[in-house]
Amino acid sequence: MTAASLEEQIDQWRSYLRHRQAIHAVDVVELEDHLREQIAGLVDTGLAPDEAFLVAVKRMGDFDSLSREFAREHSDRLWKQLVASPSDTGEPPATARTDALVAFGLAAAAGVAVKAPALFGIDLDEDAGFYARNLSLFVLPLLAVYFAWKRRLDPGALRWPAVAFLAAAVFANAYPFAPDGSTLALTALHLPIAFWLAVGIAYAGARWREAGGRMDFIRFTGEFFIYYVLIALGGGVLTAFMLLMLSTIGIDAQSFIASWWLPCGAVGAVVVASWLVEAKQSVIENMAPVLTRLFSPLFAAVLITFLGTMLWTGRGVNIERDLLIGFDLLLVVVLALLLYSVSARDPGSPPGAFDVVQVVLVVSALLVDVVALWAIAARITEFGFSPNRVAALGLNVILLVNLAWSAFLYLRFLRGRGSFTDIERWQTDYLPIYAVWAAMVVIVFPPLFGYI
Amino acid sequence: MEINKDLIAASSTPIVLAILAEEDSYGYAILKRVRELSGGRMEWTDGMLYPVLHRLERLGHVEPRWEVAESGRRRKYYRITSRGRAQLAEERRQWEAVDATLRGIWQALFLPVPAGHPASAAPLSQGA
Repeated sequence: MTAASLEEQIDQWRSYLRHRQAIHAVDVVELEDHLREQIAGLVDTGLAPDEAFLVAVKRMGDFDSLSREFAREHSDRLWKQLVASPSDTGEPPATARTDALVAFGLAAAAGVAVKAPALFGIDLDEDAGFYARNLSLFVLPLLAVYFAWKRRLDPGALRWPAVAFLAAAVFANAYPFAPDGSTLALTALHLPIAFWLAVGIAYAGARWREAGGRMDFIRFTGEFFIYYVLIALGGGVLTAFMLLMLSTIGIDAQSFIASWWLPCGAVGAVVVASWLVEAKQSVIENMAPVLTRLFSPLFAAVLITFLGTMLWTGRGVNIERDLLIGFDLLLVVVLALLLYSVSARDPGSPPGAFDVVQVVLVVSALLVDVVALWAIAARITEFGFSPNRVAALGLNVILLVNLAWSAFLYLRFLRGRGSFTDIERWQTDYLPIYAVWAAMVVIVFPPLFGYI
Repeated sequence: MEINKDLIAASSTPIVLAILAEEDSYGYAILKRVRELSGGRMEWTDGMLYPVLHRLERLGHVEPRWEVAESGRRRKYYRITSRGRAQLAEERRQWEAVDATLRGIWQALFLPVPAGHPASAAPLSQGA
């Protein structure tokens, strides 16, 4: 055996060791030094290098028990650390640091942006409508900038998101909304949805045209949501302590919190959460699919129980005015469950029990929704077409179409007639529809309903 | 002769600390010394020494430092600390108590005592 092939074998041995989570790079250096000493010692006693390598590796112990011993001593290493350390992202430290600096800089900029209108006398208390309309404008363009910087997009690729942001800013502020009107509320609600897709274009960059790129954005959205909720919970605890402690020394910080702390924190956290998801995506297992696994069967069970009880007792759905929104939310949740189980599934693996659960979930959600829609359709003329109700109905139809076709594709996949990629492709192709609908609500609804 | 795993695990701390008390050393050299001292009968799986060293490091009994060996490779040397010396003294007291107890009972049983002084050279003596 030549020296070169001995090196190859040591390289291979090292790379096996590197893949053990409990054994860190410094330990591998230490163990490799040992291995080489051992080989040299054995070669001195007359062994051929390849024999020496085999003996040395054998004496070192097999990977499993070695890794187990290391794990016993360094049990902390089995818990992946959430703190962004450059060694676990595999990036050079300087890059990771710059990334963090840019993210926190943009978060601070978002905080400044949200307070900037106050300089011109637009106060949060007095002009809440302005802030509600423009909230997403304060932060989402900065988020798009962050991704454009991170992906090194050329400015041309940002043309469309920029146009969208500008147009929306004009529409949201030029329309003469009635104060506290429902079209104002609808605009405030739908603008972030449309913008989120513009952020997605910056996120995926050139890959936006591919199903894979859009699927990555879906994954990002799920993780982002979880991180944001966690940051918000932590922020809530911090705020509560701050209020409590300041009140003990006789300072009432409530107005400071309402006008500075909360708005700046809320927009800054958007950028910070995105940065965390980016920094952690390869380190930490995605949470959204885990939650999906947990809740898909539970939701399916609840829906089936509901349907079964309804059939058994023969009771109709009690029509309330705002019932439709509740059913929209149900469909959104079911869609999210479907989406995140799709996002985490290996398209190549054959249908399994969990896929059946997904189909049962989707089909039972569809049945529940059809029952509700049928009950509402019968009395919709009685209720009249308010902007809220049309928006809720439109959303319901969009979700219904998505889920119905997903159920069809899923059933075809279960019966072995289609591939799982069809479902993925359908879901990712459907993304622009949400944005188009949200944009329609923002642009068409206010004039259509007279800005009420 | 195979020495059972529990005994190896229990004796690893005093052995490693004692070897480091002689002089600063690194993994491979420590194992070589163990083999020398035991006449090849304390068979440690080489890799298992390192978790032991890392535990002693965590407890503050030894102190690591990286040096570049003559081969040009980086090598992690360990040095015993004062805490490690105290621990070694403590371990020694305990082992001597165990050893004295066993010696007492061996004599009471009139077992044929192997050649050599049982306390100092027990590992070097022939297998039972």
